Amino acid sequence: MSFFEVVRFALRGLSANKLRSALTMLGILIGVAAVILLVAVGNGSAKAISDRIEALGTNTITVMSSGGGGGGGGSTAKLTPEIADALIDPTLAPDVASVSPVVSSSATLTYEGTDHDVTSFVGTTAGWFTASNTPVGTGAGFTADDEAQARRVVVIGQTVAEELFPGVDPIDKQVTVSGALFTVVGVLKEKASTGFQDSNDTAVAPLSAVREVLTGYGSINSILVEATDPGKVDAVQSEVTTILNQQLKVDATSGSTSTPYRIQNASQLLETQTETADTFTTLLGAVAAISLLVGGIGITNIMLVTVTERTREIGIRKALGAPRRVILTQFLIEATLLSVLGGALGVAAALIGSSFTIVGVKPVIVPSSVGLALGVSIAIGLFFGGLPASRAARLRPIDALRYE
Amino acid sequence: MSKPVLDVRELRKIYGTGEATVHALRGVSLTVDRGDYVAIMGSSGSGKSTLMNILGALDVPTSGQYLLDGVDVSRLADRQLALARNRLIGFIFQAFNLIPRTSAVANVELPLAYAGVKPKERRRRAMAALDVVGLADRAKHEPNQLSGGQQQRVAVARALVTEPALLLADEPTGNLDSRSTDDVLEVFDQLSTAGRTIVIITHETEVGDRAKRLIRLVDGSIVLDRRQAPVLSAAGRHSQA
Repeated sequence: MSFFEVVRFALRGLSANKLRSALTMLGILIGVAAVILLVAVGNGSAKAISDRIEALGTNTITVMSSGGGGGGGGSTAKLTPEIADALIDPTLAPDVASVSPVVSSSATLTYEGTDHDVTSFVGTTAGWFTASNTPVGTGAGFTADDEAQARRVVVIGQTVAEELFPGVDPIDKQVTVSGALFTVVGVLKEKASTGFQDSNDTAVAPLSAVREVLTGYGSINSILVEATDPGKVDAVQSEVTTILNQQLKVDATSGSTSTPYRIQNASQLLETQTETADTFTTLLGAVAAISLLVGGIGITNIMLVTVTERTREIGIRKALGAPRRVILTQFLIEATLLSVLGGALGVAAALIGSSFTIVGVKPVIVPSSVGLALGVSIAIGLFFGGLPASRAARLRPIDALRYE
Repeated sequence: MSKPVLDVRELRKIYGTGEATVHALRGVSLTVDRGDYVAIMGSSGSGKSTLMNILGALDVPTSGQYLLDGVDVSRLADRQLALARNRLIGFIFQAFNLIPRTSAVANVELPLAYAGVKPKERRRRAMAALDVVGLADRAKHEPNQLSGGQQQRVAVARALVTEPALLLADEPTGNLDSRSTDDVLEVFDQLSTAGRTIVIITHETEVGDRAKRLIRLVDGSIVLDRRQAPVLSAAGRHSQA
């Protein structure tokens, strides 16, 4: 009896019990689809978080003064543009690509009688745009020359542009900031918000101009240091620490807790966030594993019942002269078809489901979860379809026939 | 004379162990020649079903020798046993044992499929067998759409489609009313006339009367083995009704 014939037997066996076959496949389908989708949602939210952090720029560190409150008598350093300049040192800090001193304050922008309060009016140098991963959308950023000449030019964020210039091209328009006129030279590209703050509600102007008009010549808020390579961030951090300790006359041996400045490392932030996201994915994976287990038990159950119920039929087939191998092959093919078809439909359902946004998360399919879910359900289907079938096929026909 | 289809020597079958030991067969010896029509009768518990299952190679004896068409069945491995069941024996069950949700003709084709007959040839022979039992017009019906008598006739067609050396029927009329019983017995009569070897188990005398040879089994031993003139009148009576 040819293999093709056995396949036809299996197909006939399946079509003779359409409802049962359909339900079995449905069980496998749901198990597989649930696992893939759950993992995809977990992965999607993790990816969303890391995307947002990457938007901040992963190859930078930010130096800030440690703020007034620091306990233990820690002094507060005054960061100045001179300290920022000292960080550009090819011998002591070879991995630093650029250094951007940053001052920031809130300000009110006025254009033709319309007011808009900007949460962060940033004064910095030309290199800041690339370092902070804040590209200019329309128009242009200001140049190093603008900075040197303290020209009153400003690049505004999307929110500011929409508020002050609805339906008007803001380029070359003049806005008033604290009584001084600034010329809008560019609009920033829209940026994903990182938190509660609208990161598009900003304006960027040359450091010299902002200090002149808004903040005065005191200390600056922070220094953004860009590394030559995302992998060099940690090296840059230690180089910067060395220079800062020198500049601020900090005794390096006194311990890092009392330094008058602190360094925020974007890649560290990313790492922490990724860990959080990984925990989330693991949690969802556990839920998925449970649903796979439950699905597997469902498959086991229906396969056992199906084959056990057909023990009599196996007895009849044996009495008619069916060799054990043929019976076993028939039942294995039936089990394979059910689990493979059900599994494939489950993958299809998961793929379709993943194209929708689920609870605010765009699912991202993890290929290994597809393989795992499919593999486990097919293995379970085959094992629990094959095991009772082989047991029944080994029975003496008379015992199989008497089986109730 | 050619070798007997069935040659059984000192067959014993013991179920259980210790206190619960049951001697179902206590040394049964029996030969059946080609073309014979044998009825084995006995009350329930006489061991007749056990004997039948062993004759049909569905069960194995505890001891004794069983030659089927000259082949020692007790020495066969699973594969050859399957082959013997397929080629040498046509088994008819009391409970019909058709495959559910499968058409009559597909049921009849089944043994041919296991014998490796090509689908076209299979269909032709299955239809011919159904024609013999008078059910060619019900070929497409599934078992649950057929009456008990019709189901049993499909089972008979399935048993004889491989042209086996031996037709074994285990209480074939046990689940049938008298009308269907006659239908089925008539088929047996025809097959016997056509030269088939038939061994039938029954506890109904009207079934036993129609065989050429009657064997009575009591408590696992043969107590009576005699030739008789088969009674054929019943068929005529019912076919007029």
